[in-house]
Amino acid sequence: MTVLGTIGLWLAFLLGVWGALAGIVGGLAERPDLARSARHAVFAMCGALLIAVFSLEWALFHHDFNVEYVAAYTSRNLPIFYTWSALYAGQKGSLLFWATVLSVFGSLALALTPRHNRALLPYVAGVVSAVAAFFISVMLFGHASPFERLAYTPLDGNGLNPQLQNPGMVFHPPMLYLGYISITIPYAFAMAALLSKKLDVDWLVAIRKWTLLSWLFLSIGICLGMWWAYVELGWGGYWAWDPVENASLLPWLTMTAFLHSVMIQEKRGMLKKWNLALIIGSWLLSIFGTFITRSGVISSVHSFTQSNVGYFFLGFLIVAGIVSFALYANRLPLLEAEARLESMISREASFLFNNLLLIGIAFSVLWGTLFPILSELVQGTKITVGPPFFNEVNIPLGLALLALTGIGPLIAWRRASVPNLKRQFAVPLTVGGFATLIVLVAGMRDFYALVAIALGAFVLGTVVQEFARGARARHRQYGESYVLSLGRLLARNRRRYGGYIVHTGIVILFVAFAGMAFKTETEATLRPGESVSLRSPYGYTYTFTSLGLSQYDALNRQVTAAAVEVRRDGKTIGLLNPEKRQHVDGLGRPTFQPSTEPSIMSLLREDLYVVLGGVVNGTEQAVFRFTINPLVWWVWYGGLIVALGGLIVMWPGGGSLAVKRAQAGYAVRLVGEK
Amino acid sequence: MNAGTKFAIGAGLIVASVGYLMASGVKETGQYFLTPTELTQKVALDPSFYNVGMRVGAHVVRGTVSKDVATQTLRFEVSDGSARYPVVFHGLPPDTFTDSVEVVVEGRLQKDGVIHATNVLAKCGSRYESVPKA
Repeated sequence: MTVLGTIGLWLAFLLGVWGALAGIVGGLAERPDLARSARHAVFAMCGALLIAVFSLEWALFHHDFNVEYVAAYTSRNLPIFYTWSALYAGQKGSLLFWATVLSVFGSLALALTPRHNRALLPYVAGVVSAVAAFFISVMLFGHASPFERLAYTPLDGNGLNPQLQNPGMVFHPPMLYLGYISITIPYAFAMAALLSKKLDVDWLVAIRKWTLLSWLFLSIGICLGMWWAYVELGWGGYWAWDPVENASLLPWLTMTAFLHSVMIQEKRGMLKKWNLALIIGSWLLSIFGTFITRSGVISSVHSFTQSNVGYFFLGFLIVAGIVSFALYANRLPLLEAEARLESMISREASFLFNNLLLIGIAFSVLWGTLFPILSELVQGTKITVGPPFFNEVNIPLGLALLALTGIGPLIAWRRASVPNLKRQFAVPLTVGGFATLIVLVAGMRDFYALVAIALGAFVLGTVVQEFARGARARHRQYGESYVLSLGRLLARNRRRYGGYIVHTGIVILFVAFAGMAFKTETEATLRPGESVSLRSPYGYTYTFTSLGLSQYDALNRQVTAAAVEVRRDGKTIGLLNPEKRQHVDGLGRPTFQPSTEPSIMSLLREDLYVVLGGVVNGTEQAVFRFTINPLVWWVWYGGLIVALGGLIVMWPGGGSLAVKRAQAGYAVRLVGEK
Repeated sequence: MNAGTKFAIGAGLIVASVGYLMASGVKETGQYFLTPTELTQKVALDPSFYNVGMRVGAHVVRGTVSKDVATQTLRFEVSDGSARYPVVFHGLPPDTFTDSVEVVVEGRLQKDGVIHATNVLAKCGSRYESVPKA
């Protein structure tokens, strides 16, 4: 079957090269035959890559350990669930996954884009083919083909790294990849618009939908990654500002900026250059992220092992960056704004500041991530910055951004009047003030946490006010019940009110992040019957009592589990079972290092997080780390609400008349001005 | 003053504060990242280079790891082939820590010649290939 896979790869590579040439030449020379050929090349490439994926999965399921990749990442006793996900567990397989998903997205984009955008499609096909061909070429020419065979056949494979044997790990990488990969589609549309000089409103609509999709996947992927790190890695947190984490955050930030500033372009015809630069930048950052995780240039706990694959990506990044921005610079005269900023107190201005803050955050994260390399280049010594740097810079910037999340929707387009401002700000400001008073009285003194809660309440105030006003207006106008009018409001104007739901999720995330300022932990060595107490930030006293250890064998591991009884203010509330796991192969021999499985009790207000650090040899004395993490539960639900809001915004059909009218008005204005 | 100028001032303020935060952040939290050899050179050049927060990247010397579970003390030596330093760490090391991995030790070199670590990060060995986390 691996022969089939290799044939699939080569076929896909050749189709990719042809698609790139035919698409771009077909577009420039306006040759419909070549354009059609490029389109078919993308579909065929997609088919060839799916065959390659199928043959790799076939080898994985049939335990064909003669295939190096299969032997390296699976074993006979690996649960079937993880055998399936081993497709993207390693460098080589994930490259195949990348190329395949890109070709699927590319095919969908070509098939689904409406007819009036047909002029862009040859270029889109060309760009997608070129990028996919690059990924396939890394596999073929960078010694990274997942179909390479070994000179011998091992009896069993290495098995999958135990830390990856977690349900979160099955869904987190593909989600993140889907996010990374799908940015190529808006990028391809941006390049198509630049190449074809059709820089009107059509390409913008196509790009916005696809950017929203990548943004959604990336958001979900990042949240799942945080969840995986939290429940699996056992250090008691969910975000460590590791280079690989930062790499996924960077395009997310620039895409968030784009999704806001694109509204200014739609409504006012401003910021065209900025928006295109954001799309190109987001895509380059996604390739940069792929480069960082695969090159070993920046030491990260999560990166793939060092390999020459990194050079391919660096070269690609440089070439793609130069080509994109050269084309962009060449087309700048076509991207003049049609309007000017009229007032500082306007929606436009608040969106511009929001963009600057997002880019500022992205820049500081990029700077901090690259700082070891930069400082070595400039000073000759490597200087690293860690979480304290990122927190010090990003907490104030993030809070300023949170403030704008509330301010933006309250200010009118073009120019806001004073009475208008009074009407808009009264309720949200009061809500924010009251919330601050309540937490102050409750005894909270951490400055940033106070600001986060004050601003969070302010933003929630704006969201509720917007929903309430919209619903009331419908109630008056159509006589609908409030519940019905609320539902219709959301359904008829998904973009606006879905956006507010995203804002609600973001507020919840910020408040939950602020909760981590009150994290408390202690380490203790306990014999059965002994206990340790920890005071939670809410004033409860938690008592953890070790009840003893047990050892047993599970499917592919030997488990040492501790039983810890938890009492809150003297009342028993449950049992926690942190584990140490030693994974074994089919013959019972240990594979990998022992791994730690934290046990977590997730309560509404705080998480109790227990790690079994180790056992004193031959005794039942064990080392534990007990952590109380406030508000972690809210991180996961905040993320869920963000995703839900994103889905509502994206949901096809319906659409608001107002938005459509605004876009139509803009298009008319364009025609009128030409 | 027109809106454009006002906006430029606002934008300037944001850019300046981002710049300020970054510069002060680097100054206050930046740490040297050294190999044991570079650390030896630093100490030779500047005899007061003790008790300075830094990160040392090196590999663990095989057979030097001693672990006392009851007191949660971990002792080992790190080396880059030429220079060698003993390390002491109190706490739970990561799962991936063994006597054959590359580590990044965060801590301070004290007058006793021992690096007192506040954190030990283990990099994955050659067979260990991980999927990028978020």
